[in-house]
Amino acid sequence: MSLSILIIIPLLTALAVIFCRNAEQVKWTSLFGSVAQLAVSGVMFFQYNALRKAGEVAQFVFEEKHTWFSFMNINYHIGVDGIAIAMILLTAFVVVAGVLVSWNVSHLTKEFYLLLVLLSTGAYGFFISLDLFTMFFFLELAVIPKFLLIGIWGSGNKEYSAMKLALMLMGGSALVLMGLLIVYFGSAASCGAPTYNLIEIASHRLDFSTQMFAFPFLFAGFGVFTAMFPFHTWAPDGHSSAPTAASMFLAGISMKLGGYGCLRVAVYLLPDAAHEYSWIVVLLSAIAIFYGSFATMMQKDLKYINAYSSVSHCGFVLLGIGMLTKTAITGAVMQMVSHGLMTALFFAAIGMIYERTHTRQVEKLGGLLKVIPFLSTIFVIAGLCSLGLPGLSGFVAEMTVFQGAWQRPETFYRLATILGCLSIVVTAVYILRASGKVIMGPIVDEHHTHLSDARWNEKLASVILLLAILAIGTAPFWLTDLLNPGSELIMNQLTAR
Amino acid sequence: MSDSLALLLVPALPLAAFLLIFLVGRVYFPKFSGILGTVIMLATTVISMATAYKYFFVTGKVDGVYQHLIAFKFTWLPFSENVSIDMGAIMDPISMVMICVVTFISLMVHIYSLGYMKGEDRFAIYYSYLGLFTFSMLGLVLSTNIFQIYIFWELVGVSSFLLIGYYFDKPSAVAASKKAFIVTRFADAGFLIGILVLSYYTGTLDFETMIARLTVPGSELTAITTAGFLGVSALTWGLMLVFMGGAGKSAMFPLHIWLPDAMEGPTPVSALIHAATMVVAGVYLVARLFPIFAISCPVGLDVVAYIGVFSSMFAAIIACTQTDIKRVLAYSTMSQIGYMMFALGVAGYGGENGLGFTASFFHLFTHAMFKALLFLGAGAVIHYVHSNDMRDMGGLRKHMPVTHIAFLIACLAIAGVPGFAGFFSKEEILTAAHNSNPIIYWCAIATAALTAFYMFRLYFNIFWNKEYHAHHSDSHHGDDHHHGEAPWSMKAPLIILALLSIATGYIPFGNFVSSDGQALHSEFHLTSAILPVSLAIGAIIVAMLFYRKKNAVPDKIAGTIKGVYTGALHKFYIDELYLFVTKKLIFGIGGTIAAWFDKNVVDGVVNFSATVGENFSDTLKKMQNGKVQSYAMYFFTGVLGFVLLFVFLWDKF
Repeated sequence: MSLSILIIIPLLTALAVIFCRNAEQVKWTSLFGSVAQLAVSGVMFFQYNALRKAGEVAQFVFEEKHTWFSFMNINYHIGVDGIAIAMILLTAFVVVAGVLVSWNVSHLTKEFYLLLVLLSTGAYGFFISLDLFTMFFFLELAVIPKFLLIGIWGSGNKEYSAMKLALMLMGGSALVLMGLLIVYFGSAASCGAPTYNLIEIASHRLDFSTQMFAFPFLFAGFGVFTAMFPFHTWAPDGHSSAPTAASMFLAGISMKLGGYGCLRVAVYLLPDAAHEYSWIVVLLSAIAIFYGSFATMMQKDLKYINAYSSVSHCGFVLLGIGMLTKTAITGAVMQMVSHGLMTALFFAAIGMIYERTHTRQVEKLGGLLKVIPFLSTIFVIAGLCSLGLPGLSGFVAEMTVFQGAWQRPETFYRLATILGCLSIVVTAVYILRASGKVIMGPIVDEHHTHLSDARWNEKLASVILLLAILAIGTAPFWLTDLLNPGSELIMNQLTAR
Repeated sequence: MSDSLALLLVPALPLAAFLLIFLVGRVYFPKFSGILGTVIMLATTVISMATAYKYFFVTGKVDGVYQHLIAFKFTWLPFSENVSIDMGAIMDPISMVMICVVTFISLMVHIYSLGYMKGEDRFAIYYSYLGLFTFSMLGLVLSTNIFQIYIFWELVGVSSFLLIGYYFDKPSAVAASKKAFIVTRFADAGFLIGILVLSYYTGTLDFETMIARLTVPGSELTAITTAGFLGVSALTWGLMLVFMGGAGKSAMFPLHIWLPDAMEGPTPVSALIHAATMVVAGVYLVARLFPIFAISCPVGLDVVAYIGVFSSMFAAIIACTQTDIKRVLAYSTMSQIGYMMFALGVAGYGGENGLGFTASFFHLFTHAMFKALLFLGAGAVIHYVHSNDMRDMGGLRKHMPVTHIAFLIACLAIAGVPGFAGFFSKEEILTAAHNSNPIIYWCAIATAALTAFYMFRLYFNIFWNKEYHAHHSDSHHGDDHHHGEAPWSMKAPLIILALLSIATGYIPFGNFVSSDGQALHSEFHLTSAILPVSLAIGAIIVAMLFYRKKNAVPDKIAGTIKGVYTGALHKFYIDELYLFVTKKLIFGIGGTIAAWFDKNVVDGVVNFSATVGENFSDTLKKMQNGKVQSYAMYFFTGVLGFVLLFVFLWDKF
């Protein structure tokens, strides 16, 4: 199949949305486009599995390459492996859910959906790129719409948040760009001529000094996207001001761009530097995990709770990457997928509750299970996934990270892993505290006694995400089978000194 | 039916019940859900009993030893080449005993709840949660893999959480459910690290392989015993961390604080989860890893023994002062599980040394019967008087004769009066303790006397003491003020369990369960029974004098040992201590610091750099003011600067 279809469908959807005449048409067009995208991603997943079963050994399949800008050796070069497919599936699920959840956006509906679709185009393009410059192009494409989504449709202190988020992410991209340029010019020595071609750079290992020089830029740059400590403060403010779908995209997809970038570019292309710097990565991620969970405990706004908890959970992604073992890397990718789905579900639930109660303050909510049982159940399930209940995706991802992390016998890495294990207790504390107050207990506000439960679109959005979470949580073997060849290649790169 | 199909059905049926009732039944047939759940549970019970029967009597022993069979097993989550989480079902004596206990007690509770929970708003949800719990518990006992047991371990934890918080609009129930989950979660974090330690050195998560590698001398065993941390070997660390998980679930000191509060759940749930099945999971876990403990890590086994015996005595003292009848039973459960723990702790591997192992499981079995009976009986009493407090009760023997007799039988059984089930299992534990460790033995004897005392304090306070008068109902049960004792759905389980609280004592348990799979013939010494039995009977007589008729003696006694009494009444202030350490110290201070740091330092830097940027651009903006004079000044200042720079650099080159 032609992989470009993953970019063409959202672009066509965007185009169609522009020509729609009313809000209903916009919504249905976007829904149709996103469902088509989900279907295509599903087909691609099965085709990929069939290819691998048939003995395909190429690292990336469905490769396509067209010259874009020959002077700088920039190509439109795309292809996928299992890791990319996992990320694409995640994106497709979150986009469908996000479109459904935004069904009653009434202000500038067309523009809202247009930006959502463009945002997803950026994400899809990023995950399939094999050319560093193309990759950067799509990364940028995914940043700009967020600024507008928060600035226009947001709530609360939205101008501040939108500005903060856009500036910090732009700062991150600037670092990434620096790193990419270092890699580009550094590749002249090993590859003969400077190139952005990911495969080529990987097969002719960059020299040590270039790696050491580029790694901090790339890692910190992508780290900003994945809300790595101490570059995480855009996340809480950004999430809390963003409209529901934007929060879902932001936490579900956008933070994963960073994790994916760290893995695919920083670790894969700069393996020797990754070894040298791994202790810093582990240190920062251990801080993020523990510090994020403690900071969560003090939050009073549901969106802030989930935002800080995302900082903590994305710490597991970086912890897995920083451990540099195959199991841990697989675990990191699983955590990206799992956290993407789970946090999207959580933000959706919070958004739906907010729409009805007009507050997100934990203090002002209570006993919702009695009034809106469906939404409350979704909220609790998302919470249970967050605290790592077996049967839901969070558990398998975290356990894979722990199991992989424990393979590093050095005391420092062990301590980081133990800290990670202990954080699951803190997670339980804040999740149960929030759901015990909001969902259970007596009803606090008498206005909350007559709320309407979820509508069809909200139910559908929740069920779609929930099914994906359960598919990973109850039968994780298909996901590890999908991811393992990819993480093995990264491992080969890391072990071939 | 083949074993693998049967053992697949055993956990699958309750799971199906959960899904069916939760997704469909709740909406379409809420009233019928109870019957549906009960029928499915009956089928599960029949299948598991048949499977156990087949295992013990048809397949039987090979060379005099019960075999460990794997009914089925598949890879669920592969971590690396050899290490993976498998889902499977193991068949060995302890797992077979456990599936019988779990399904049977669950069936009794299903039947009982038909009456007890009738008319509840969330009747269907209740039955779906019971199904979820039973599924998880069966998955737990059938585990072939240490990570599989961890998975189901968490799942029983969450089902327990859901059921404790069943009355979710009651703040105390919500608080109790949170407490139970968080305390056991803390213990489980230890369990998880323990698994990581053990699997790192053995290179497997599979129970059988792990036990084989850690009991037979080999490279793995050498590696794990020589590696260490803080002077303790990695093996001991691993096992102790795993035991931490077990101690959390089994409410061993100091992780017991959640159990008494868990009584906020509906009483049948307390009977099922917090008395007969889930709380013995810790005992089961130690038993599952018993060969490693006994052969390679006797120190660990000593820890198990001392924690067990201390918890046992500690809980028994507290139980003497509590007035909430369910809390008395909760502390009694903790005490009896302590018994099972130290029985394992004093046991050795193989032959006569393994008496403690057999005794522990024997007691687990009999205790499940009489403790479930006690809870279900207490439930009937609570159902009748609409109060948990024994001071609101008294004289109920005339009002509820069936419950009275059943409860009396259970009390006699737990007190260890000859002829009843508890006597036989407790005797065996005491013999095992006597053979190995005098300190533990004497503590156990003292606990036995206390047990008889507080159980009969409970019994006389409920059924004798003052006369019971018509009650004033303010509970949500009560539309029918003049209801009789209890419906048959509640009485039948009481009668069945009462019979079993006598009969199970006569099972020659050593024939079936022993540390090494060979039959263990423990002979019964009349002389060793004299002391505990006479102490128990003495304690019963004291309780009778104190509480049969209302009198001032108990208060006087309490006055003379005021310090101990107040301490025990307040559960020795362990809760307050925990609350202080966790809420005030760890979460309070830690959380406040993290949140402050984030708001002011990390975010401060971000905002500061934004402000600097803004000021800088402001300055630049002001420079472009359109005045030729100032441009000229900037120009000449610049030129001067460059000149100075070049002059300075000229020297260097």
